[in-house]
Amino acid sequence: MSSPARQPFGLAALKDAAIAALITLGLFAPVMGLRTAQDNSGLTIVENWWPVLVAVAVVFFGRLILNAFFWSDNGFKVTDLIPRGEATAKVGETLAKLLAPVLIIVAIGLPLIPGLDRYYIDLGILVLTYVMLGWGLNIVVGLAGLLDLGYVAFYAVGAYSFALIATVVIPNYAPGLELWAFWICLPLAGLLAAFWGIILGFPVLRLRGDYLAIVTLAFGEIIRIVLLNWYEFTGGPNGINRIPDATFFGLEFKRNNGFADFFGLDYSSTQKFIFLYYLILVLAFLTNFATIRLRRLPIGRAWEAMREDEIACRSLGLSIVKTKLTAFALGAMFGGFAGSFFATKQGFISPESFSFIESANILAIVVLGGMGSQLGIAIAALVMVGGFEYFREFEQYRMLVFGLAMVLIMIWRPRGLISSRTATVFLKEKKTVSADMVAEGRG
Amino acid sequence: MSPSMSSDTILTVDNLTMRFGGLTAVDSLSFTATRGEITALIGPNGAGKTTVFNCITGFYKPTEGRIALAHGSAAAFDRLEDLTDSPEQFSRNGSDALFLLERMQDHDVSGKAHVARTFQNIRLFGGMTVLENLMVAQHLPLMKASGYSIFGLLGLPGYRKAENEAIDKARYWLEHINLVDRADEPAAGLPYGDQRRLEIARAMCSDPVLLCLDEPAAGLNARESHDLNDILTFIRREHGTSLLLIEHDMSVVMEISDHVVVLDYGKKISDGTPDYVRNDPKVIAAYLGVDDEEIDDVEAEVSK
Repeated sequence: MSSPARQPFGLAALKDAAIAALITLGLFAPVMGLRTAQDNSGLTIVENWWPVLVAVAVVFFGRLILNAFFWSDNGFKVTDLIPRGEATAKVGETLAKLLAPVLIIVAIGLPLIPGLDRYYIDLGILVLTYVMLGWGLNIVVGLAGLLDLGYVAFYAVGAYSFALIATVVIPNYAPGLELWAFWICLPLAGLLAAFWGIILGFPVLRLRGDYLAIVTLAFGEIIRIVLLNWYEFTGGPNGINRIPDATFFGLEFKRNNGFADFFGLDYSSTQKFIFLYYLILVLAFLTNFATIRLRRLPIGRAWEAMREDEIACRSLGLSIVKTKLTAFALGAMFGGFAGSFFATKQGFISPESFSFIESANILAIVVLGGMGSQLGIAIAALVMVGGFEYFREFEQYRMLVFGLAMVLIMIWRPRGLISSRTATVFLKEKKTVSADMVAEGRG
Repeated sequence: MSPSMSSDTILTVDNLTMRFGGLTAVDSLSFTATRGEITALIGPNGAGKTTVFNCITGFYKPTEGRIALAHGSAAAFDRLEDLTDSPEQFSRNGSDALFLLERMQDHDVSGKAHVARTFQNIRLFGGMTVLENLMVAQHLPLMKASGYSIFGLLGLPGYRKAENEAIDKARYWLEHINLVDRADEPAAGLPYGDQRRLEIARAMCSDPVLLCLDEPAAGLNARESHDLNDILTFIRREHGTSLLLIEHDMSVVMEISDHVVVLDYGKKISDGTPDYVRNDPKVIAAYLGVDDEEIDDVEAEVSK
């Protein structure tokens, strides 16, 4: 080591601690020192300087101690805590192999646990919805490498197509089919969303990277704003309510002459939620199955090849138009299925549910999970959505914890939780490709 | 010089001109390539060689000119004028077919006209394995076999058979470029020389009738460029594929090419056998410059 030896309590250490303390003061003074409070005369500012003082003192002395005992040249370094690529990748692979079946068993078994609080089933439904959305977006972002910031638009198209067909078209034109509304509308909603995926795909065919991201973001907002303002068609900000429940293939979940009577069970209100849970589980598995199969087909290889090098694709006879549009359409279709499910589960939808933050959340799940990795995305959805809901008690701190977790994961695994790519075909031995070889996609 | 139509022509380029704004990169270039032969396109840096390639393979739309490619026999060229007058991109007649490449999109030039190419700066799918690279090159036939993904999604056996055949074909090429043992490794992890050979094998997997190689020997050492010669002559001998190559490495050009076209400032300055071109004073002048006292003679000669 050629750097000069540092004096434990020298001037440099004091200066360093003072700077850190000053930064802390600047950051915490407005956040912790000043608070707004409701008063008879309106909002007033309450000053509360003690916590700020404590924070500054902790940082100042903490920094001094760190300088003295830990940051000497041959001492312990904080960066040593971050595990290094290769080793963790191997551990990750093994863990992943074990984790996948465990997660599947837990997912299937969860509602069967006797005496389980309904809260957990609701939470499961929420997590699975995001798992499905993540898997859908993964086709576009992870496989085809097209950065889509407006994915929620397709979720909205799915939800609104289901809601409108089920509340307007079916009662007026095919009243006998009301019990089957969900099962009729699900494929239609998927097709409509896929159609809108293609509509979005055409104008962005020539765009790449940042420009593509901005246009897709705008597309998401356009859909939301149209839903908000086209009052006659969508109900505007009032949304659509009385959306029919999904039925068990025509059997309603009600006290008399419903699902329970048909199967000779005692009626319980949780039956409907357990059904919804399994419904979204099946839809999510369908998405997963389709994605895994598609990856091994020429179309999936074309998506990945396009992510790697678009020009080389063109020189091999692959039509970039078809490849991009199929990726957009299929990704959108699964978003549409999820939207349909969301509408039937909530019974009420309004444009508020489809704001940009949803797109950002879904994209964060895909990026955090590791672009292209099905298992990674499932874990990320579980952590991000499930964890976020579960730690509701933390209130305002949960955003902080959440942000910190994101930063740590990005330091530790910059390409997502599971970042290696599995080959789709092999000659002798199936190997994984490490993340630093795989292109992120600029398309 | 007008392009002489030999009995077995595969490609004719007529009056090809490509302008970028005020810059004329290629200026009324005409030449022909013969079936089963290796045609080399050489010239100093900036002569417009890669631009010609990009026009032939559909990456650029030429400002003017015609690029015609025949499948089957050269008899297809009999229909050249009719096809040029029609709005069609190609005409088929039994096993013969004639394509006007300047009218086609880049992926159709590869997919329909079966012209494959490699790139000056290697363009492999780095994060995909060597085998996967060769599978992507067989996208079109596999896509058909998978029923445009529908049969494949359902897991019908027809697709599996087609996929196995595609793997066999990939294995065949891997054996010839000595990469069988590294088939399941990512392409980006291969040494440079292997990447060059893999790119050629990938292009060959798309069943081309004409293979365009943009500086295949760039960055190779003497032994690797000797191996490359072997591969190129093997391709020509065993597969009857015609080759068009841009090359700076004269050991490659002079050893394996049958016909050399020399470009300078977008214009053709010489066209003939390697021996003829090697001794052409215009070529020597373009590459090496001339003595001061000879400038007038050469200028008179060039402007003829």
